[in-house]
Amino acid sequence: MTTWIDIFLLALVLTDFRLLASSRLGAIIQTTVFQAVSLSACMLLMAVRPISIYIIALSIVTFTVKGIILPWLLRRAMREADVQREVRPIIGYSASVLIGVVLLGLSFIIFMPMKETVSGSAFLMPGALFTTLTGLMMIISRKNALTQVAGYLVMENGIYAFGVILAVEEPLLIEMGVLLDVFVAVFVMGITVYQISREFDHIDTDRLSELKD
Amino acid sequence: MDMKLFGPVIHILLALVISPLLMGIINRTKAKFAGRKGQPLLQPYYDIIKLLRKGSVYSTTTTWVFRLGPVAGLSAMIIAILIIPSGGINSLLSFPCDFILMAYILGVARFLTVTAALDTGSPFEGMGASREMQFAILAEVVMFMGVAVLAVGTGKISLSSIYYTLWDSNFTNIAPAVFLVALSFLIVLLTENARIPVDDPNTHLELTMIHEVMVLDHGGVDLALIQYGSCLKLWLFSSLLAGMAIPVRTGIMIVDMGINTVGILLISVFVGIIESGMARLKLLHIPQMLLAAFSVTAAAFLWVLR
Amino acid sequence: MTRTDSQNSRIDIMLITIVLIPVLLGALSIVLPYKKIRRGILVAGSISHLTLTVILGFMRNNAYDTGDWIGLDNQGLLFLAITSILFLMVSIYTAGYLWRESDRNVEDSVEGFYFRNEPERMFIACLLFFLATMSMVCISRHMGLLWVAIEATTLVSAPLISFHKHHRSLEATWKYLLICSVGIAVALLGNYFMAFAAHQEVSLNLDKLIGNAGFLDQKWLKASFLMLLVGYGTKAGIAPMHTWLPDAHSEAPSMVSALLSGALLNCAFLGIMRSHSILFASGLGDFSGGLMVFFGMLSIVFAAAFMIRQTDYKRMLAYSSIEHIGILTLGAGIGGIAGTGAMLHAVNHSLTKGMLFIISGQILYLYGSKKTSDVHNIAKTTPFTGIFWMVGFLAITGTPPFGTFISEITILYGIIGAGRWGIAAGYLLGLGVIFIAMARIMINMSFGGNLNSRIIEKLKELKGVPLWYTAPVIIMAFIILSLGIYVPDALFRFLANAAGLTGGL
Repeated sequence: MTTWIDIFLLALVLTDFRLLASSRLGAIIQTTVFQAVSLSACMLLMAVRPISIYIIALSIVTFTVKGIILPWLLRRAMREADVQREVRPIIGYSASVLIGVVLLGLSFIIFMPMKETVSGSAFLMPGALFTTLTGLMMIISRKNALTQVAGYLVMENGIYAFGVILAVEEPLLIEMGVLLDVFVAVFVMGITVYQISREFDHIDTDRLSELKD
Repeated sequence: MDMKLFGPVIHILLALVISPLLMGIINRTKAKFAGRKGQPLLQPYYDIIKLLRKGSVYSTTTTWVFRLGPVAGLSAMIIAILIIPSGGINSLLSFPCDFILMAYILGVARFLTVTAALDTGSPFEGMGASREMQFAILAEVVMFMGVAVLAVGTGKISLSSIYYTLWDSNFTNIAPAVFLVALSFLIVLLTENARIPVDDPNTHLELTMIHEVMVLDHGGVDLALIQYGSCLKLWLFSSLLAGMAIPVRTGIMIVDMGINTVGILLISVFVGIIESGMARLKLLHIPQMLLAAFSVTAAAFLWVLR
Repeated sequence: MTRTDSQNSRIDIMLITIVLIPVLLGALSIVLPYKKIRRGILVAGSISHLTLTVILGFMRNNAYDTGDWIGLDNQGLLFLAITSILFLMVSIYTAGYLWRESDRNVEDSVEGFYFRNEPERMFIACLLFFLATMSMVCISRHMGLLWVAIEATTLVSAPLISFHKHHRSLEATWKYLLICSVGIAVALLGNYFMAFAAHQEVSLNLDKLIGNAGFLDQKWLKASFLMLLVGYGTKAGIAPMHTWLPDAHSEAPSMVSALLSGALLNCAFLGIMRSHSILFASGLGDFSGGLMVFFGMLSIVFAAAFMIRQTDYKRMLAYSSIEHIGILTLGAGIGGIAGTGAMLHAVNHSLTKGMLFIISGQILYLYGSKKTSDVHNIAKTTPFTGIFWMVGFLAITGTPPFGTFISEITILYGIIGAGRWGIAAGYLLGLGVIFIAMARIMINMSFGGNLNSRIIEKLKELKGVPLWYTAPVIIMAFIILSLGIYVPDALFRFLANAAGLTGGL
């Protein structure tokens, strides 16, 4: 069982590398779908047997929100803003991947001593942290507003992976609330991106630089 | 003859005899996918034999360095073949950390090829040499990282013992890591052997080539040696890949040997399929692909450390 | 103190009502086609919210069911009351403002192009939703619910900032959305770490966490607090995570700026206070308090540095908000009497800043510029605005006889009482620099320079100062003034109790 959880987490880590390496928005959005699959699968696998109906419901909702609705929203925003790819990232793709390798190592070093405190897999916390950092990297090192939204989504995925450990004990309500908030956040961001693209004819956030001291 | 030596010797003989066939299989697969009849499977043999019968022409600007390249390259390949195991069967030359020797023998071969290319003084060959070195550096890192993953996973440090125990005890424990290493090894194989999507051996356009451009000035016997050497190199990497990708160890030597050989041939088919389905990458994207392979092995490394 | 179950459930129902009323009214305002009714709904919503808050304040007592999701302790009530009063003031102003601005192409004050505002129904609905989510923050007794509520405040307030639909407001909205969302995401990580600290056995209920404080894992708890401080601190505008704040405050319409500064920052700050109270209960008060003192000090220094050469008076007010949130954080971090002072300061700052932002809106309307160099002699053109701009200046810089003076002095007293002389010196120096910076800008705006002919034209159109603008300003000024002259004993005890959870007096 642990091995299967680990395999899904390994997939999560690999998707992170794909996110760091790809410039095409379509590919990035597609990768977040894989992450959603991996997250909801982990949730099911980690649950105490027999699996309660709540966990199944939560896992289905997780997949629906993160794997279907949010990618759909992003794709729509992508069409409306008429952008396909990140043109000139602040940190190049090769450099991003290299930094990613370093971050992955760091995530492991940080959580190595805490192996025993967490039930289930030793891969979970490092993988979750690495995903969070990947999202943060995407937000910091990319200029395209939609890539940044996707980065926010990835970061949320990483943090949510930490929550997967707790999904068993914590009330359903909070996880649902978290999902709802993320959904609305991406929704509002999508609308804002659309308005920005209409007003500016581009969605490069580094050119949004009029307001400063 | 000692039965222990029997397997390794057979493996080496197989490598020496069959390796040109791999090129034939790749070409045949590509032809099938393109809807052509394609050249005969044994065409690489005919080419080598034809070239062996011809004499060589040497430019007056070249020195002995130029002549050393092909000979040294081939002999290095043969030595490297001595080190690698065939699936679970030990190699002839096996000792702790032998993969370092193997990597550096390959390095020596590359060095001599590159110096031979530079010796001609042709700008194209210099360009090819520079590209070859750039990608080789990255590929070498990935290869070492991959072997390190296997070494940590099995707890062994010689190639033969790594491959011998690979699918033994903690099969489920390291399977995902081995899978990832195999994946990145495939990329290394494509890079090291100058296949699509890294390099297209058939373009005949000097500007876009990497490996082939370095040997443009060789002819006759030298070219035959080079072609034979590259067949052996393909065999070497295919054998390493087949050994980790095909998890069957029956313990009966002949069967294992057969399975591994079939695996090697299948890898050739697979390479042919890849070449049919993909275009050559932009030169700028090749380091990115190798970096991706590197990150995959890094993930695998953490898996075995976990 | 004991209470019956029926009383308990009655309070719960009221707490739910206080969130639901604005939500329903907001939904209603989207549906209803009539403008005047919609504006009426806004004011009615805020009045009923304030009424409920007052009733709750009297009904409530200090005992809790530890399993409750929602509840109202002194801290929560304090921030709820601040939000409620400020929102009432703002809603009165907003109703008038929308009446003035409705259905016209507005000329941009900076670049002179014309743009249209956001549909009024969305704006009013979002204002009401904003109130609802902020009330939710105040009544949450569960760290997870608190997080959900604080994130929700970001999302419903983003459309408010881009009310004027043009490129600068969109830029500000984008920065606000992205930076705050990322910050809040970090806070979520902090919440999960908090759950790890509780060995996944205690739920994230605030009372249970405090009750089991000794049982919590200290390493996780420290990591958790750091995340929560950074996360909620981003939202609260604590330096160096404050970068969204000046942009959002300067581009949002003035009443939204007032709400952001006076209510939203407080709500995020409440998140920090809740986390601090858990660490305090588990004996890590020095760790969390130390961090808060550090970030509080840093905010004051940042604000001072950026205010010295400020040329935009709305940005100046925004940096002043950063300064005051810094003061709050500093006071709460020191604890003791300084904690009580911080609570009092929250009241004073919210009302003062609300007043100042509303006045700044009027100045912007009159002068058509956010540049300090374009605004002169307000006292002569419109005496009311000029006088209260100066009142606001004196109040915000902590000059007697205003409430901020009392609260800032209380905090200083607390710092010195704790023996932190270095902090006290830095605090005074920062306040001094900010006083000079603001004096240079605001006095010049009120009394300096000559009358502008364009302004005089505009004044003729205006026919006096409207009541919807004067009334909120006068009420808020009155409250800060009275808090400066006399703090009732009961109020002081209440504030001390609110600060008590985190080591206040």
